Amino acid sequence: MRPEFEAEVLASLRSTAGPTLDGKAPTEVAPELAWADRKLHYKLVSPLNRRKFKIIVVGTGLAGGGAAAALGELGYEVHSFTFHDAPRRAHSVAAQGGINAARGRKVDNDSLARFVKDTVKGGDYRARESDVWRLAEESVRVIDHMEAIGAPFAREYGGQLATRSFGGVQVSRTYYTRGQTGQQLQVASSQALLRQVKAGTVHLHTRSEMLDLIVIDGRAQGIVTRDLVTGKIEAHTAHAVVLTTGGYGNVYFRSTLAKNSNVTAAFRAHRRGALFASPSFIQFHPTALPIGNEWQSKTILMSESLRNDGRIWVPVAPADPRPANDIPEDERDYYLERRYPAFGNLTPRDVASRAARDEIESGHGVGPLKNSVYLDFRDAIARLGKPVIVERYGNLFEMYEHATGENPLEVPMRIAPGAHFAMGGLWSDYDAMSNIPGLFVGGEAGWAYHGANRLGANSLLSACVDGWFTLPYSIPNYLAGLLGTPALERDDPRVHAFAEEARTGVQALVDIGGTQGPDRFHRRLGDILYSHCGVSRSGEGLAEGIRLIQELRREFYADLRVQGSSGSFNQELERAGRIADYLDMAELMCLDALDRDESCGAHFRVEHQLADGEAARDDAHWAFVSAWERDGSRYVRHDEPLAFESVRPETRNYR
Amino acid sequence: MKLKLKIWRQENTAAAGGFVAYEVDDVQPELTILEALDKLNDELVEQGDSPVAFDSDCREGICGSCGITVDGRPHGPEANTPSCHQRLKSFADGQQVTLEPFRSAAYPVVRDLAVDRSALDRVVESGGFVSIDAGTAPDADSHEVSHQAAEVALDMAACIGCGACVAACPNGSANLYVGAKLLHLSVLPTTKYERGRRARDMVETMEEEFGPCSLYGECVEVCPAGIPLTAIAGVNREKLRAVLRGRDRDD
Repeated sequence: MRPEFEAEVLASLRSTAGPTLDGKAPTEVAPELAWADRKLHYKLVSPLNRRKFKIIVVGTGLAGGGAAAALGELGYEVHSFTFHDAPRRAHSVAAQGGINAARGRKVDNDSLARFVKDTVKGGDYRARESDVWRLAEESVRVIDHMEAIGAPFAREYGGQLATRSFGGVQVSRTYYTRGQTGQQLQVASSQALLRQVKAGTVHLHTRSEMLDLIVIDGRAQGIVTRDLVTGKIEAHTAHAVVLTTGGYGNVYFRSTLAKNSNVTAAFRAHRRGALFASPSFIQFHPTALPIGNEWQSKTILMSESLRNDGRIWVPVAPADPRPANDIPEDERDYYLERRYPAFGNLTPRDVASRAARDEIESGHGVGPLKNSVYLDFRDAIARLGKPVIVERYGNLFEMYEHATGENPLEVPMRIAPGAHFAMGGLWSDYDAMSNIPGLFVGGEAGWAYHGANRLGANSLLSACVDGWFTLPYSIPNYLAGLLGTPALERDDPRVHAFAEEARTGVQALVDIGGTQGPDRFHRRLGDILYSHCGVSRSGEGLAEGIRLIQELRREFYADLRVQGSSGSFNQELERAGRIADYLDMAELMCLDALDRDESCGAHFRVEHQLADGEAARDDAHWAFVSAWERDGSRYVRHDEPLAFESVRPETRNYR
Repeated sequence: MKLKLKIWRQENTAAAGGFVAYEVDDVQPELTILEALDKLNDELVEQGDSPVAFDSDCREGICGSCGITVDGRPHGPEANTPSCHQRLKSFADGQQVTLEPFRSAAYPVVRDLAVDRSALDRVVESGGFVSIDAGTAPDADSHEVSHQAAEVALDMAACIGCGACVAACPNGSANLYVGAKLLHLSVLPTTKYERGRRARDMVETMEEEFGPCSLYGECVEVCPAGIPLTAIAGVNREKLRAVLRGRDRDD
């Protein structure tokens, strides 16, 4: 039984009356054959008919840039939107370590099936199995394609592609370009997009933010955008809308994400009826830089690939005041290697983050604020020499030195868990379509591949697969049914009404006329979430978190101050709109975490742990995905049951 | 520590701009210059004043969004470091620091410190890509690329597109940016058939949008990605190669 206070908070926000959801994966074939089977059954649009269809793609990261370019290459009329000044700046650019592919070229016993097993197990059995098989299958040609269009992957001395290993796996399947894999993939992808812009198939709209989704006659038929330079709000119509707008980790204020990454596009679609799946599944990256002072605006990410050669430790003695290099070997606790001898420093992110939190909370934290652990390259340098280490991680070391003034070649890095990747997102079926016909979802904006914990180097992969190799197959299947139906006219009165509503919403924020700028609310919201919905959660803490968020939201709508006008370049106004959505998003995250009365992956409920401190998953009651519908100020939970045929659920054990 | 800031304020592209003096107090030396602007903006909003507009996003030195001119130098005093990694420890306590947008005829000011760098993308759009459709790529292991060649390509591909090279150049040249792109793509085995056409198209657009290169080398001092001066040679090399081999022939 839930304690009364928690039950009361749950009852005030939630009902579970939603009907069971159908993920629409082919059920008559084994999951490994689902994608081939589905592709065979998709309807096609012939080359001459493609230019009659308009498709809106929001976001130009690896998912959005890929989808827009691929659909443009096929001959559709694509409209690509980004709030950046250039498509290359999308946050995919910041991923460092690598991109996985189930190519299994080495004799380390990797395979398609092992990729699926690692990913499904790593996600603690909360992913959709058939989607993971598609991810694995398409991963093979993602590498070929990205290499062909300009990503200079690292090569072995014989000239073949090089690989390395990442957390949660015991094989080497990660392809990389130094510590800037995301950048190289993103630049290659943006170039492919610009090629289509030149060819006239893709119309690029930069510095344009999506404010609303146009749903008419039960179909997604367009979006409302604000031109961030002129402030002009206008509607754009199309036969289909694709949201590839990234994750919402920035709700924590200090996260590893870019400052402008936000949830607004996805949340506005959610307000229009799109279900939001697994909102509480947020990954805390174990190798982020610790927070050093009040005005620090984010937490910088250090690639997980560092764990290939770096050893993580804390002093055995709590609050040991000595500098790291003065602490002798027998007074160091390599706690990951001690607790997880099979995986050691390469345990998955959720396990590594929780273990670091345990060490910090038990007084073994290091650094001026005692809020971090050491990541030490001393042994790797002794074994391989400085030049090898510098070639592997040089730019990461420089970035670290810039931020901290310490040289990791001489003293160990200090790292701590930081809010990172959103495994939750808009619910979509096996065809990447949301519950709103015509609204498609790709990349981190979606939910399906990673379950409750994403393995390192699977995020670039999922974005590339969705963009280049899933959406170009599934969208035409939807469009084929609309042949002969023109896109809505932009001056249709129903379209106008959407733009007018967005205009009113923006003006309402300006009109509050209070005393506090939007960032102040964001900082406070972040603090609430870190302490109530962070690396570990409790029912009591979550219920309290919801109350605090509701209070903060009341204050926001009473006391927000937006400087400047709505008719010009106004970054305060951009922030205000996003924070209005973060407040509701944070409430939904806490609600989902409170509702999901089990531990799984990144969602660790302290009430549900085994005697040794590991997460206690509850498949008997929670082997489903929660997808939330918004009904006024309340939420209705829909469940999609998860079945695992090829990877039998077992307790995750990385020892 | 505290800083006296002289900041360029400009309402929009058409408006006239000018410097306004501000002070920011109680900031730590390890803060970045952008975080100091965050703090200043927080105070400006509290006082009911208009905050300073500037572009920044990842704040990890990789997205290329940020870019301001600090005491006349693009990005700031520390060489080869983007604005988001320029830290206050470079300044003395109480020092006066001037902040301006990137200055170049190719970059119209959008507002305050934010500029329009779309000319950089127009160069890429004119030919800086590989014409291979999704699904048609060969197996990436079917052709070899030497370790060394991949490393050279990566040295050139490291450009983050911030455009500081143009802002640092007395002529407003984009040769470092374009040369790096041409050399990066010239190494790739999948692009050899369009190498000549690419060089011709990109150089043509570059010459329309940007000034000529006089090998001053200021660009190299500010480049956050450490693109070497040799990249500039790539412009002439690729252009000459295209001319010698015929406009569209690369075999």
